[in-house]
Amino acid sequence: MGIQASSIKDILESEKFKELVKKRLRVSLSLTALMLIVYFGFILTIAFYKELLAIKIGEHITLGLPIGISIIVFAWLLTGFYTRWANNKYDKSVRELRNEILEK
Amino acid sequence: METIQTSLGQVNVASIIIFFVFVAITLVITYWAAKKTKTTSEFYAADRSISGFQNGLALSGDYMSAASFLGIAGMVSLKGYDGLIYSIGFLVGWPLVMFLIAEPLRNLGKFTFADVVAFRLKQKPVRIASSVGSLMTIVFYLIAQMVGAGALINILFGLPYELAIVIVGLVMISYVLFGGMLATTWVQIIKAVLLLSGATFLVIMTLANFGMNPITLFEKAAAKYGDVVLSPGGFVTNPWDAISLGIALILGTAGLPHILMRFFTVPDAKQARKSVFVATGFIGYFYILTFIIGFGAMVLVGQDVVSYFDKGGNMAALLLAESVGGQFFLGFIAAVAFATILAVVAGLTLSGASTLSHDLYVNVIKKGKTNEAGEVKVARISTLMIGALAIFLGLTFKGQNVAFMVGLAFAIAASANFPSLLLSIIWKKFTTKGAVSSIITGAGLSVFLIILSPTVWVDIFHNESAIFPLKNPALISMTASFFAGYFVSKFTKEKGAEDKFEDEKLRTYLGVGSE
Repeated sequence: MGIQASSIKDILESEKFKELVKKRLRVSLSLTALMLIVYFGFILTIAFYKELLAIKIGEHITLGLPIGISIIVFAWLLTGFYTRWANNKYDKSVRELRNEILEK
Repeated sequence: METIQTSLGQVNVASIIIFFVFVAITLVITYWAAKKTKTTSEFYAADRSISGFQNGLALSGDYMSAASFLGIAGMVSLKGYDGLIYSIGFLVGWPLVMFLIAEPLRNLGKFTFADVVAFRLKQKPVRIASSVGSLMTIVFYLIAQMVGAGALINILFGLPYELAIVIVGLVMISYVLFGGMLATTWVQIIKAVLLLSGATFLVIMTLANFGMNPITLFEKAAAKYGDVVLSPGGFVTNPWDAISLGIALILGTAGLPHILMRFFTVPDAKQARKSVFVATGFIGYFYILTFIIGFGAMVLVGQDVVSYFDKGGNMAALLLAESVGGQFFLGFIAAVAFATILAVVAGLTLSGASTLSHDLYVNVIKKGKTNEAGEVKVARISTLMIGALAIFLGLTFKGQNVAFMVGLAFAIAASANFPSLLLSIIWKKFTTKGAVSSIITGAGLSVFLIILSPTVWVDIFHNESAIFPLKNPALISMTASFFAGYFVSKFTKEKGAEDKFEDEKLRTYLGVGSE
């Protein structure tokens, strides 16, 4: 692809590209933080407040059971949420910017 | 204890037949793949022809080792809820792989993750350091897998340990040597499908004894062994231990070379993210299955019988298979476990061979100047070397306690590979010296601290008390690695690398110029 140095610079300095990079980092980092908070929240609950997870919600069934399974499902849903965002929003902006580069 | 009736350890005809069918089919695939494996891109990355869904299955195949299938089911059968805590730690690394690593890795790299770390830094020092981190991770992981394989096959089929190691080694070498990444990927896919369907079937047969209701199973378990099996037990006694292990599992997943390598097999970033979504779904589903399998073994087989066969409970899933499905089903699950080991070591060997040939031979010794045919030849020689090493290590470590090596491999991946990879992707001012210091600090501290930790100092060397308090060093070694990378970069400005960062952005975020 013969892209001129000046047009690369134009793209890199365009508001649109900067916005895209910022948005991408914001989404990635917030989802990462969310996953870490949930996981380490779970681990610290076990370390300091085990009784909470031992609370009975059935004759024998504890609260810990649905919480544990939910974390697994939550991790998966989070990857699904990100994939949807990236496929619909992020890729659209990427396509637009790439087309601009190719036009030049 | 009641008398135990099991055919475990005897020659199981069903198992041997199923295993040979698996090997035969995979070798036919290898033959087919060999015809399509001529260039470097074909050998290392299946010519980027794998779809997101296929790669997702293959990734889950790489990750669902026999150790996690048999080990976690066993842990659940003996400890109940604590086994679930452990498997959650193994899963939550995957979303991070997606959010932070998968797409930039795909866009910037060619065949190995070191391509990305070295992208705008000085090739030679960075490649050498990355290779050290990579190879250490692979070797420790390989030792654990090979020793586990030998012992497992010995118990399952009554085959001598040494013979088992050599068979696993030779079959695995044939996949990689002739069929490269394409064959390795299909072996992973077939194994993943077998393992997922085998485990699903085992769960259905188990739940059939409980009116298809897992809650009834959990309640029976609590009635038999007390409510403690349904709530956290002794797994987390020291919060710092739990946090350190959590860091090793989560960030380690994002730094395992044989996992990262898989992202180069798909055509673009979109397929890379799809593969993580698929992999996370299958792995999560698999862990839920192993949880039910563990409880099934606890109730239907009994904890005394499970721990009679193996103190760690590794035989729980197999004993359960026999109890709900008879000898034939035991044979099936045993063959699947064997196939699982084969596939995992094949992936590890390919990634080790890529490091030797692509990172060290081509980019360090030949300074990037080789021809296609020459590099493929070197990659094949490297495969033989890593394969021979795997067999040698398997034979050498016979009977040793190697369980800690998986934890160590994850610690090194989290402390040496992950920090340098992440910093090179997101931080403009990251320098060559910063990268090398970060990798060496992370890898060195991981090994040094684990030797002084209770895991090795007390459990293996039988000393009274440990010098370093944490069982897994990742909390300290990972933090130190980030600090080393940060401070050394602060003191060593690298103008060229900073300039290239801007151009690199076009590739990281838009995929312009990606291979």
